[in-house]
Amino acid sequence: MAGTSSYQPTNPVAKWIEVRLPIFGFIHSSFVAFPTPRNLNYWWNFGAILTFMLGAQIVTGIILAMHYTPNADLAMSSVESIMRDVNYGWLMRYLHSNGASLFFFAVYVHILRGLYYGSYKEPREILWILGVIIFLLMIAAAFMGYVLPWGQMSFWGATVITNLFTAIPLVGNSVTTWLWGGFSVDNPTLNRFYSLHYLLPFMIAGVVALHIWALHVPGNGNPVGVDVKSSQDTVPFHPYYTIKDVFGLSVFLILFAWLVFYIPNYLGDPDNYVAANPLQTPAHIVPEWYLLPFYAILRAIPNKLVGVLALFGAIAIVAFVPWLDTSRVRSSTFRPIYRQFFWIFVITGLGLGYLGSQPPEGGYVIAARILTIYYFAHFLIVMPVVGLLERPKPLPTSITEAVLAKNAAKA
Amino acid sequence: MKLAATIFTAAALCALPALAQDAAAPAASAPADQAAPAAAPAATQQAVPPPATEQTTTAAPAASAPQVSQPTEFPIKKPGLQKWSFAGPFGRFDTAQLQRGYQVYKEVCSNCHSMKYMAFRNLGQEGGPHFAADEVAALAASVQVTDGPNDAGDMFQRPGKPSDHFPSPFADTQAAAAANGGAPPPDLSVMAKARGVERGVLWAVVDFFTQYQEGGPDYIHALLTGFQDPPAGVTVPEGTYYNPYFLNAASTHMPPPFKDGLVAYTDGAPQTIDQYARDVSSFLMWTAEPHLVERKRIGFEVIIFLVVFAGLMYFTKKRVWEKVAH
Repeated sequence: MAGTSSYQPTNPVAKWIEVRLPIFGFIHSSFVAFPTPRNLNYWWNFGAILTFMLGAQIVTGIILAMHYTPNADLAMSSVESIMRDVNYGWLMRYLHSNGASLFFFAVYVHILRGLYYGSYKEPREILWILGVIIFLLMIAAAFMGYVLPWGQMSFWGATVITNLFTAIPLVGNSVTTWLWGGFSVDNPTLNRFYSLHYLLPFMIAGVVALHIWALHVPGNGNPVGVDVKSSQDTVPFHPYYTIKDVFGLSVFLILFAWLVFYIPNYLGDPDNYVAANPLQTPAHIVPEWYLLPFYAILRAIPNKLVGVLALFGAIAIVAFVPWLDTSRVRSSTFRPIYRQFFWIFVITGLGLGYLGSQPPEGGYVIAARILTIYYFAHFLIVMPVVGLLERPKPLPTSITEAVLAKNAAKA
Repeated sequence: MKLAATIFTAAALCALPALAQDAAAPAASAPADQAAPAAAPAATQQAVPPPATEQTTTAAPAASAPQVSQPTEFPIKKPGLQKWSFAGPFGRFDTAQLQRGYQVYKEVCSNCHSMKYMAFRNLGQEGGPHFAADEVAALAASVQVTDGPNDAGDMFQRPGKPSDHFPSPFADTQAAAAANGGAPPPDLSVMAKARGVERGVLWAVVDFFTQYQEGGPDYIHALLTGFQDPPAGVTVPEGTYYNPYFLNAASTHMPPPFKDGLVAYTDGAPQTIDQYARDVSSFLMWTAEPHLVERKRIGFEVIIFLVVFAGLMYFTKKRVWEKVAH
């Protein structure tokens, strides 16, 4: 990873290691001396928050795995024994289940930050695509994790989602049977989901390493979207951004603690405390809140195959944003028209989330269809067209100039 | 700019009817419900006059009968919100109430409902019913447990120990279903978290801040006090009992479990249907979440720590950045 450090350890042991494996210099240039734009705002905290959440999920998850039993007859009672008899098992489980929600909350903020400030634009396209891959892996990990308690929503959620694969022409049914390891969602399905749920976080960690590597080649973007031009524009990552990230993370942890200790079941569905029953379909099968917008898109489309394609397309299309956005200006701060469309897009996402939680009937379906069309139109029409037609506001010549102008205006 | 506004307005208009429909329900019904069950649940049970016999007889028993007033949306009524000692950031269980709740469970509920995740030892737990060790041992010893096989290869009966789980009233689900009109009574261990009150999107936002997590006990209390004669024109299948609070039908296989004076309390608490329902709902919240009190206590400490720590970090950050314009 790029850096300006010419760090040399003074400790003889560290020196001995450094000659053979320059790991201290690597850490120093990547996370200590790394030149970072001086004008990053609090929206840039979420990268560090997400790294922390991934670590927290892995740690709590490994502890839970020591006590969990992946068996259709024993899964729920092992979860209940974690809640009752394992020392602080209730804490581990609530940290893990609410941690998943906050992981997604943070990733949505992080993605929207990227969309607003044009973080995907040249030369950060691969960085952006790696991010979309992480998001996809997160969805898969979260979905499989939700299946593990083997409650009603676990079972029926798994049934609905795996049934999507039957929409594949010709081989759909065979593929689905293969995924299930049987002729319905059952014990083999639970076993493989558990195995994959343990694997995926480490795949995520691997892609996160690539994501950070790709970030450290051009360095961070910044709120005004002009490139770093001189060393005046940057500050070393430590202590300036380490302390800011620790502060941001502390505030985020207050939210996390509020959920875990006071309202741990606020985001969950009561039905998932009912043991899975293949003979009794719940009245409303709904995924966890963070997947609701995509669920709404899936159900808005009457044709199953097209619905599934739209569901995956809604995520895949994000990877093409670097080429769909035609604007030469990165930051929406200087894009008066696109900036409004950005907020409409956010409201569209929230609207789809709400509609995903409602039964697929009447006005809800019509609204979901309109918002689904708009969701895709934002990427396929708004992004290319607005980029061409809009006249951006004049850009500051440098980060330092922008900072000084802002401070002068404040004073 | 105009284009953006038009598209947004169109999208909003399409979503509005759906939003309004959802938001109206809780806003309208919540305050009314809030007052009613607390005041007179027992009274309603006796006050409702039996429906005219001709209406019940003319209506076909099948659910498909074209009844104008036959309800289709469940629950028919939303549970009212009750006051619970364990609600809020400093909530804790009332030990005496949990002990009464256990008595109600043991004498009434446990005749049909299992509670398989609970062991007698849990009854001695601090923050829970907190029975003394000898009381726990005596309660456990009051049941016979099948153990074994012994060295001779035989199963044998012995008095229960604190480590034993609560006995189940039926050998298996099939036996439970057969004895209860085809509907096996559900296990009650986590019932207070397995039920809830539909809140709608607007109340859900409020609930985040008010820490409303008592949908389960509210539902259970409403259900237990909600048995009544069906309104005119509504029929229920034979062997079921009308209850407007029941989750997914107009009636349930569970008969009204309580009548005033049914369970003899020794601590002077009122022996009413409402009190029984309240006590057993609290008890079920404890069995569903036995570490609730500990959780909230630790949570308070954690949040105080984090607020102070975040404050310190804020001022440290300010100091670090003091000389760099940003």
